[in-house]
Amino acid sequence: MSALKQGIASPLRLFTKTSPLMPLVIRNFHASSCLCRLQLLSRVRCVDNSAIGKQAMAEGKPPKIIHVYNKKRRATIGDKVLMTVKGEMKKGIIVGVKEHQKHGIPRSDTNNVVLIDDNGTPLGTRINAPIPMILRGIMKEKTIAKGADYTKILSIASRFV
Amino acid sequence: MLKLFRYGFAELSSISQLSRCLSIGACSRAFTSQARRDPSETDEATAAINEGERLNLESDSTRTNSNADPHQNPYKNEMEETFAPFRFVYPEFLPDPTIKWRNRVREKLERMDMLKRRSNIDIPEFYVGSILSVTLSDRNAPGKTNTFVGICIQREGTAMRSMFTLRNVVDGHGVEITFDLYNPTILNITCLRLEKRLDENLRYLRDAPPEYSTFPFDMVPELRNPDAPVPINTLKVKLNPKPWHAKWQLWDLKGVEDFSHELESREWRKLNTWKFSEGYETAKYDLMKTYRSTIPAEEQTEIYSEVHQQLAKLTASLRKQKRKRTFVKPQKTV
Repeated sequence: MSALKQGIASPLRLFTKTSPLMPLVIRNFHASSCLCRLQLLSRVRCVDNSAIGKQAMAEGKPPKIIHVYNKKRRATIGDKVLMTVKGEMKKGIIVGVKEHQKHGIPRSDTNNVVLIDDNGTPLGTRINAPIPMILRGIMKEKTIAKGADYTKILSIASRFV
Repeated sequence: MLKLFRYGFAELSSISQLSRCLSIGACSRAFTSQARRDPSETDEATAAINEGERLNLESDSTRTNSNADPHQNPYKNEMEETFAPFRFVYPEFLPDPTIKWRNRVREKLERMDMLKRRSNIDIPEFYVGSILSVTLSDRNAPGKTNTFVGICIQREGTAMRSMFTLRNVVDGHGVEITFDLYNPTILNITCLRLEKRLDENLRYLRDAPPEYSTFPFDMVPELRNPDAPVPINTLKVKLNPKPWHAKWQLWDLKGVEDFSHELESREWRKLNTWKFSEGYETAKYDLMKTYRSTIPAEEQTEIYSEVHQQLAKLTASLRKQKRKRTFVKPQKTV
């Protein structure tokens, strides 16, 4: 069994990063079309004016998702995610996605995120991107009395579409 | 087998007529009764035909038969010429040509539903490239309504499932919203600028600089002569340098500036292989391909002769409503 596994795996080893053939075999094609899903290790764009977020974007190292706080492990508008930003773990709310959306829900050209702390208070004071109107409903639903208050990010938004 | 030959090839006209008689019994009866009624039409029907005549769009694939067979229905050509432009103005009334999805009863019921919805809301004539404003009933919005303005980059789907996508750049961020054309949450659709572009869809605007898709939300509808033909905007968009969202070189885009300097030799080779394997040059002679991807002209005529009277009535009443000036009570200024 182990020999069989090795037999299957060995041609694939040519394509690993440690392989000497790697410079020759650069895999820059996709077998299927891109679904633009937000999952683990997806890069997102920070659109608020928090110091750490701005710095990470300016350095060309945008936040990377390391956990999605729902059972599907796929993030969409209004989902809370955990990210690494400049080596620190920060939480954020997804406020815009590239994915195809249903009737009347905007789809943005980039995957946008707003950084928050554990109580739902945003780290920045202003959001520069347009925010989907549906986020108002979602954030109100997710807010629990005496728990995290996510409606604060709605009050720092500059524009809703 | 006879059904393979579409109407539109002059030499096959008698065969196609025969096939029509064989294949669509009930519908062709409706068609002929409509044709007989033709000379003594009601005012609405005449209005609809005038409506059709004013839309002098070229009908490329619906070629009409010039040297008509003497045994043919003399009104047929006239009817088909009349309804030829309708497929550009009301494309969603035509069903999906995929044969396994066809269902005549469902299509008829859906057309009735569409007319019912159109009696409640003015859905204007618009094309890919037109600028639209859509007001939506939105329970999350402060005033319970939400308005979006943008350029129509794509129309897809048929019948009740037809959708269109608007794109705009808001505060430097590209935003797109897809609307279902017949969704009851839509309160108003206004065409702010009616024009066409050179391509079937403008998805390449995602890879173009933002000025090509930036429109103010307080844009005023442009006045135009309703009898004039729809202008075609021959703007050539300059795409951003690669990477792109899609391989635009495969799309044979007309409204894009030459981007051949962007392509590497590897991509040129692939492009040529692709053109050969897809039958790029020969596709227009492929009868089966045309058959599978289009609705025959005679069937289009049946569909539109079924709905054109009601459509004309709706258009006339909605135009009348538009002409009526809304009375604004003068307010006292101190």
